[in-house]
Amino acid sequence: MTLPMGRAMREVFGDTVTELANDDPRIVMLDGDLGSSTRGEVFQRAHPERFFQMGIAEQNMLGVAAGMASVGLIPYISTFVAFAVIRPLDQIRVLIAQPQLNVKITAGYSGLFTGRAGKTHQVVDDISIMRAMPNMVVVSPADDAETAQVLRWSAGYAGPVYIRLVRDATQHLFDSSYTFQFGAAVVLREGSDVTLISTGAETPRVVDAAEILATRGIQACVLHVPTIKPVDVSAIVQAAERSNFVVTIEEHTVIGGLGGAVAETLSEHRPTPMRRIGIPDVFGQSASNDDLLQTYGLSADRVADRVATLMTSA
Amino acid sequence: MVTPGEPVGDDVARLEELARRIRVEIVRTVHKTGVGHLGGSLSEADILTALYFHELRVRPEEPGWADRDRFVLSKGHASVGLYATLALRGYFPVAELLTFDSLGSRLQGHPDMTRLPGLDMSTGSLGLGISAAVGIALGSRTLDRTNRTYVLLGDGECQEGSVWEAAFVAARYGLDQLVAIVDHNRLQQYGWQGDGPEHRLPPEAPGELRAKWAAFGWRVIEIDGHSMAGILDALTQARAGDGRPIAIIATTVKGRGVSFAEGRYEWHVKVPNAGEYALAMAGLGETVEATEEAAR
Repeated sequence: MTLPMGRAMREVFGDTVTELANDDPRIVMLDGDLGSSTRGEVFQRAHPERFFQMGIAEQNMLGVAAGMASVGLIPYISTFVAFAVIRPLDQIRVLIAQPQLNVKITAGYSGLFTGRAGKTHQVVDDISIMRAMPNMVVVSPADDAETAQVLRWSAGYAGPVYIRLVRDATQHLFDSSYTFQFGAAVVLREGSDVTLISTGAETPRVVDAAEILATRGIQACVLHVPTIKPVDVSAIVQAAERSNFVVTIEEHTVIGGLGGAVAETLSEHRPTPMRRIGIPDVFGQSASNDDLLQTYGLSADRVADRVATLMTSA
Repeated sequence: MVTPGEPVGDDVARLEELARRIRVEIVRTVHKTGVGHLGGSLSEADILTALYFHELRVRPEEPGWADRDRFVLSKGHASVGLYATLALRGYFPVAELLTFDSLGSRLQGHPDMTRLPGLDMSTGSLGLGISAAVGIALGSRTLDRTNRTYVLLGDGECQEGSVWEAAFVAARYGLDQLVAIVDHNRLQQYGWQGDGPEHRLPPEAPGELRAKWAAFGWRVIEIDGHSMAGILDALTQARAGDGRPIAIIATTVKGRGVSFAEGRYEWHVKVPNAGEYALAMAGLGETVEATEEAAR
C-alpha cells in the first residue's frame, strides 16, 4: 500500500524549465558544470543560446545570475544545493535577496540522497539558512507532479525563489487534480490522534507512515507544507487543533527548518505539544538511500515507529 | 557635452573641474555626516567623472532607461564618491548628499539599488560586483542590446577569489563590451605593515595586476588614474572590441586631492575634523564658507 515511485525531480526540472523557456524568451539557465547530473542538459539541447556554462565557479554563477536578472532575464540555476546555496551564500544575500532580483535558485541533490556522495554534498541545513534570509522564499515540493507545478509557478513569480529538489526518483503523491498554491499547505489525510507535518520528498514517506499507524489504530492528520517560507500559519494552527499533538518530519536538520517554522508558528499562535523528527545535529555520511533513511529514522516504517513512541511518551 | 567616444579636446578641462567639485562634495559629505570611506572615494573620483560626464550613455532624468550603459561599483564601500558623482550629474539634488548613511536615506552606506534610482546593482561585500557586471554584460548581449557595462574594483578587492571566477567567465564568453577598471591606489584598509606601524606595503607588486588580468584573457590598458586625458583615451580604446573583456588598471593615490590623506592607509575610513576639513577645502580651491553657501 505504499505510494508508487514517480519520475525523478531532476528529470522534471530539466523538462519543465525547458518547456517554460519555449514560451518565455527571458528564461535562461546557468550551469555549474553539473548539467549532466541536474538534467540541465535537456535545456541546453533545446535552447543552446540561453544555456550558459559557468564552470566550477559557483560564487560567480550566482552573481552573474543577479546581473542577468537586473537586465530582465529570468535565470534558473543548475547545480546541487551544496553549490547553489552554501558556497555562494554571500552572493545570494547581497546580489539577489536584498535587491530582490528575479533569480530562481533551483537546487538539486538536497537532503540525504546525493548519489552516495556523502557529507559534503548532503546539505542538511539549507532550509534553515534560506528561510532566515530576508526576501527569500523557500519551496520544497513533494513529488514529480508538484515539482512541475512549483517550477511553472516560479517563472511567474517576480523575485528570488529557492526551490529544493531531490536527485532520485521520489514516490508519486499527487494526481492531476492537485494544484500547487504558493504559500498554502495542504491536508493529505484526516485524523485526530496525531498531526504529522512534513515537507519535500519526506511527505510521501509520511503518508505511508500514516497508513502504517492506521493499522495500529492511530489516525494521523497529515499536513504537507511545500512552501516553508512564507509558511501557512492558519493551516498549521488548524492541523494542530485536529489532534493537539504535532510531530514534524523532514529530511533536514531538526534545527530551524520545517520543525523550527512549525514550532515558531504554534508557540505564538496556538501552543501545542510537539516533537521534531529529522536529522539530528550531525553531518551526513555515505550510504545507500535506504540505509540513510533507516539510519536517520526517516523511512515510512521508522517514522511510524517513532511517532507511535513519541505519542506514548508525550 | 561631448559625444561619447568622440575626440575630447577642451573637454578635459571641464571634466577636471567636475572632478574637483566631486572631491569637494566627497570631503564635505564625509565631514558633515561623520561617516564614509574618504580615501577610496577620492582615488576613484577622476575615473567616475570620466565615466558619468563623458563615457556612459545614461539619462539621469530617466534612470531606468533600458538601453543605458551600466555601471557597477564593485568597491561598494567607496559609495560617497559615486553619490557625489551622481548628484552632480543630476540624478538627485546635491543637498541630499548630507543624508548619506542616515536613517531612511536613499544614500545607504553601501549602494542599494532598491532605494536609489540610477544604481545598477547593490554592492558592498567585496568581490561580488564584478560577477553581477559579467551577468549584465552577458545578459545584455543575449537580449541583443548594444549597451556597455563598466565595473570599478579596488586593487585590494582583487584579493577576493570570486573576482577571478568572474574574470575567467568573462573572457570565456568574450565579453568585449565589458570594461573593468581597477582603482589601483595601492593601499587597503589595514594591509601589510612595512617600515614601521604607519607604513603599509602595496598589496601588489608593480605590474602584478596587469599580469594577472592578462593571464585571465583580458585586454589590459594601464593608465595614470588621475590623468583625465589618459582615462578618456583608455575608455576610447576600450570601445574597440577584439573579443576580449577590457581591464583598465588605473594607478591612483588613495586620498587624492587632500594633502594629509594622500597615500595614508588610515584615511581609508576616517572623518576629517574641523581643522582638517578647512585644510582639505582650501587644498581643493574652495573656502569652507563658499562650500556652505553652495550647499544652500
